[in-house]
Parts: sequence; structure tokens; C-alpha cells
Amino acid sequence: MSALSLFYAVLFYFATAVLVLGLARKILQYARTPAPLKIAVTPAPITPAGVPWRLAREVVFFESLFRSSKWTWLFGWLFHAALLLVLLRHVRYFQEPVWTVITLIQPFGTYAGFAMVAGLAGLWARRFLVDRVRYISTPSDHLMLALLIAIGLTGLGMRFVRHADIIAVKTFMLGLLRLDIQPLPGDPVLLVHLGLVALLMIIFPISKLLHAPGLFFSPTRNMADNPREARHVAAWAAALDK
Amino acid sequence: MATAAFETPKLKEYPVIPLIKVGATSHLKPFVAGEAIQKNLGFPGELVEDWQAKAIAKMGELLGKYRSLQVYMDACVHCGACSDKCHYFLGTQDPKNMPVARQDLLRRVYRRYFTFAGKYFPWLVGAQDLTREVLDEWYSYYHQCSECRRCSVFCPYGIDTAEVTMAAREIMDSIGMGQKYANEIIGKVHRIGNNLGIPGPALEDTLQGLEEDTKDDTGVDVRFPLDVKGAEVLLVTPSADFFSEPHVDSLIGYAKVFHAAGVSWTLSSKASEAGNFGMFIGNYEQLRKIALRIREAALELGVKRIVVGECGHAWRVAYSFWNTLVGIGAGGKDPFAIELQRQLDQRYKQPMHICEFTYDLIQRGALQFDKEKNDKRIITFHDSCNVARASRMGDFAGGQFVIPREIIKAVANNFHDMAPETIHESTFCCGGGGGLLTDDLLELRVKGALPRMEALKNVVDEYNVNFMATICAICKAQFTKVLPQYGFDMSMVGGVHQLVSTAIRLGDK
Repeated sequence: MSALSLFYAVLFYFATAVLVLGLARKILQYARTPAPLKIAVTPAPITPAGVPWRLAREVVFFESLFRSSKWTWLFGWLFHAALLLVLLRHVRYFQEPVWTVITLIQPFGTYAGFAMVAGLAGLWARRFLVDRVRYISTPSDHLMLALLIAIGLTGLGMRFVRHADIIAVKTFMLGLLRLDIQPLPGDPVLLVHLGLVALLMIIFPISKLLHAPGLFFSPTRNMADNPREARHVAAWAAALDK
Repeated sequence: MATAAFETPKLKEYPVIPLIKVGATSHLKPFVAGEAIQKNLGFPGELVEDWQAKAIAKMGELLGKYRSLQVYMDACVHCGACSDKCHYFLGTQDPKNMPVARQDLLRRVYRRYFTFAGKYFPWLVGAQDLTREVLDEWYSYYHQCSECRRCSVFCPYGIDTAEVTMAAREIMDSIGMGQKYANEIIGKVHRIGNNLGIPGPALEDTLQGLEEDTKDDTGVDVRFPLDVKGAEVLLVTPSADFFSEPHVDSLIGYAKVFHAAGVSWTLSSKASEAGNFGMFIGNYEQLRKIALRIREAALELGVKRIVVGECGHAWRVAYSFWNTLVGIGAGGKDPFAIELQRQLDQRYKQPMHICEFTYDLIQRGALQFDKEKNDKRIITFHDSCNVARASRMGDFAGGQFVIPREIIKAVANNFHDMAPETIHESTFCCGGGGGLLTDDLLELRVKGALPRMEALKNVVDEYNVNFMATICAICKAQFTKVLPQYGFDMSMVGGVHQLVSTAIRLGDK
């Protein structure tokens, strides 16, 4: 086994551990932090049963963003929807045999790669063209988009310009799952692609990508508008009634 | 006077998102609370010696107590969806009045002291040490937010700048940098019982005067009872209703509704204030302590129902927080809540908004109106932010929009809504909410009213609207002050129950 294969194997084990443990730590923190007051924002569901439906609309359609900015919604939704297809397409590298649904999704996943990069380009353009968005952008906001675009372009490059040995890549990935490290092809585009994906996994739990779990814990979105019907008291606030 | 000369913005025909003007309102900040005011509330009298360490420790404490703050510090992606939603940004062009930038003032410090990226790569994520300059910016810009929550409606993650502003004000109070206006008022509530500082005997005089005035106007003995034990309803209303114009006209309206419906009611000298500025400064203990007065008054007077007058943030506290804070509501299974539930009549919503009360009577045909008495008025309705976005009325979603409008339509013939993107949950703040209704922030208040004034001008031009009804004491006071700045008559603003008062038939004439 080459040093390269070993390096990437260790990198992916490390990245996966950081992603899973880091996210678990943040999710636990969000879940354990009390929300002492009812602060649902209109239009809020008036029963707890309505909350999943509201969250689903936010997650699937980006409902609030659609109301606020059509351009940001267009680029943002395009990127996220395309990313989902691209990720599903990549599931084939981690299973043998491949599920039928993953096989069926392959052509959509391929072209979603273009949509993903187009969406990201649109989001990045806003950071330069809209003076308000330019003002609030930090270096990390730009680099995050650069990272995602680089991942997209290297992926598209291997699909449409110079094919990587995907059979060998799949063997490597399946090997990782079985703790049996297999050789990874030395294709530079592939190595960049995989390296950047690992980087993305590592920064996920320490960056603004926490918006993904954050949405589910946002009290303005996940609370029911029923404060007169049900008394809501956090533990530290209940102690004051004693 | 702290207010230097400034220019009132021009009203445009269509709303335009302005270009940013860095530092446009960096000179605006309210007076800092003096030692006596601060110590009254248990806060340090002046900026403490080791304020930096104390502020960071307080931030850590709040992050552990409020999920909203913890999640909102992490979740923002700087997408800019909120950047054109704040009335203060639209009116001042100062980019730090964009909700995202306002949150970032705190978020940069959060990142520096509480996150891996900010500790080791501060330049990358815009993390910042808590310096005196940063603290001064906090003081300035966290007092240019009216906690109206419009940004939260539009944020893809629901990030609520009000939560961030409240946390920032709480941190500043804890290190001795409180705001004079809000903290002075909270002191008055504890000492005297209401925000205006009206002592019991003066209140009694005022109510007697109102009985005489109403008798002169209508020939009917409409009562304004105070501290009547065993009354059915305890009315808790903003103290501005006792003294200010046009507020008092709505108080007369409530009294006439109770009279016409034959429901016994009372005001309380102890709880002679619905407002709760504890919310504005984000302090849970103050919020609770102020709300406890209502509980105590209700228990002492033995009332069956608690009804709240026209006041925006008070209704947020009453509707959304009272059940949590002091057990006024249903569903509590602890002894503290049960004690009050046993006394209150659970067939009715507790607490109830005066608009819900009046609307129910109208629905049941218990009130009669001479609508044509309001014919000289062409009316529009300004949704107050805390009613629109932070609470509700009735037992259906959107009741807070439907019920006041249905009351207006029941008592008047001419009603026109303003543009849809400026009403309901998209309503623009009057510019004076959240503890900013003070003359040392007059420039901010005038400029922050711009989006509402533009929407108003459109219905004035199109339908000759000459009356803007609203159900918030702060909105009424703020508009009375800023309407003339935009060339409107200050008497254009008034309460919904002012309209009710004009048209209601008192029956026993």
C-alpha cells in the first residue's frame, strides 16, 4: 500500500470523525440549552403538530428566503437541490450492489453538477455586486464558496474532461468502510477533489455550515404558537417560582 | 439637547433599497443611565473595573440559558436576506443597521472567545476582541434596534435580531452601561406602579375626570372603576392611556364597551401599567418581577378575567410570556400556576386582548353602533410589530390581523389597507419601539419611520386616508411626534377603540 493511499485513508477517517463527533457535540449543545420563552414568529403553527410541517417547508423549499429575496432564493435553492442530487449520485461509491434508486439518479446527478456550480457562482456574484452583501462578507464567506466551487469543478472535470479510474476509487472507498485500505489512484484532479471534500467535512462543525442543524433548533421556527393554552417553563426559570 | 439638526428623509413614491452609507448613524446613542437608576435595578452604577472579562462571562452565561442566542450566533451564513428588511437601515442607510451587521457586532466577539475558528483564525471569520470601541458600538447600534422582529420573518433560519439585541443590552446592564430611558421607567414601575409615574391618588382623580367628561359628552354614567374587589374583569392597560393624547380616547372606548356589555370591571392602582420594559432590556428577572404585579393584583381583587388594553409589547408579554412568567393562562400543573387558574374563569382565554373582548361581543350582537358617526374618517390600520409578529388574537392563525380590522369595519364605513408588503407580519415598526421612544434618539425615530410613512402616503394619495388606527401606546406616541415631520397632521393617529368610542350606542341614554 502506498503512502498516498494511507494518507488519504487516515484523512478520511479523521474528517469523518470530526464531522460526526463535531456535529453531535453541537446538536447536543443546542438540544440541552433551554429556550425559556415562547418566541415563535408569525406565521407560526397554532398546534405542536404544525411545527414539522413548517420546518419541512423551510428545509425543502426555503420558504422564508423565498419571501425575502428571489435572487438569493434562486441561487441558494438551486445549489442545495443540486448538491443533494450530486451527493445521492456519489452513494454508488459506497455500496455494492448499488440500490436501484441510486442507479436511476445517475444522469440527473451528473447534470446537477453544473446547476450546483451555477448556483454557487450566482451566490458569489452577489457578494461582489450587491453593496450590502459585499459589506457583510468576510474572507471565510468567500473561501467557503471557492471551496465548494472547486469541489464542483474538479468533480465535473473528472466526469467530462479527463476520466478518473472510478473503479479503483470505489474499491478504495469500499475498503475504507471495511477497514481494509486499498490503493487510491494518483490522479491529481482526484486527489484535489477528495482533499477538498475532506476539508469541507472537517470545517463543517466549526463554521457557518452549522446553519443546517441550527434551523431545526431555531425557536422562532420550531415553537408552536400556543402560549395561552400550554404553560412553557424552562428548568432555570421554574426555579424562580419556588 | 443631544439631538443635533438632521434632515427628514424625502418620501418616495416607490420603496427603494438605499445604498449603504458607512457610519451614517454612528453618532446616535441614548443617554447612559446614571448610578441611582442603575442601582435601583440591581445593576452596577457605572462601567465596572474589569468590564471586559465580566461581559464575556455574561455572554457565556446567556449562551447557556438561551437556545435562541446560541443557535443564532452560529447559524448565520451572511446571505443578506435580512439586509434590506430593517426600517432603521432603510431610513438611515447605515450598514450597521442591517440586521445581519447588527448581529455581527455581538457575533464577532462570540467567535473570538467561544469558537475554534475565531480563537485561532480571527481574521478569517471576522472575529474581534472586545475593546472599548466595540463596546461603544454595541451601545450605539443595540439602541438602534426596536426589537420588532421583521428581519426574523425573512431569515431562512429564523434568526431573531431582537434576541441578540436583548442579550447585548443584558450584557451591558450587567457591566454598568444601561440605558437611561428604559431603566428609569422600570424603576418607576417598581416604585409607583406604572411607567409614567402616576401615583394612586392622581390616577383616581384622572379617572373621576374621565367619568365627568364622558357624562358631558354622552349623558351616560360610564364608570372608570379603580381597585374594585370582586369585579369580573381586571383591565391592565398602558399608563399612557390615562394621560396622553390620543391614547385616552381608547380608554374611554374600553369603558364604553364594558358599560354597553354590562360587564363589571376594574383598573388596579398596583398594576396600573401593562407595559413591561423588562423585555426591552432582555432581563428575565425584571420581566418576571414586573409581570408579578399583575398576578398579585388579580389575586387581591379576585377577578375572573384579565383583559389587556391597546399596547403592542405589553400584548406580547401578556400573550406569549405571562403564562410562563406568572401562570396567567392554562395548562400549568405546578402549584404556582394552579393557584391562579382556580380563580380565573377558564371558559375565557386568559389573558384576553381588549380587541378580542370587543370582537366577541360584536360577534354575539351584544354591541350596537352608529357607523356613520365615523364617516368623516377614512381609515387605515397600522399593524404593531409585537402584536403582528410576536403574538396572536382569537383562536385561529392570523387573528391578530383579522380581529382589529373587523372591529374597524364594524364601527366605520371607510377602511383601506396599506400595501400588502407593509402590513400583517411584514409590517414596518413605527420607529419608536423597543425602548427607543426617547427624545435623545429623535433623529433615529424620525428616520426609522420612513418606510411606514411612505406606505401611509400612498393610501393618503390614493384614498384620502385621514386616520391611521393602531393598537399600541408606543406607536401612538411615536406617530404623534413624527407625523408632522413628514407633513402629516399629528391627529391622524389614534386607537381602534377610539373609533369604537365614537360609534358605540350606550343604550340607556
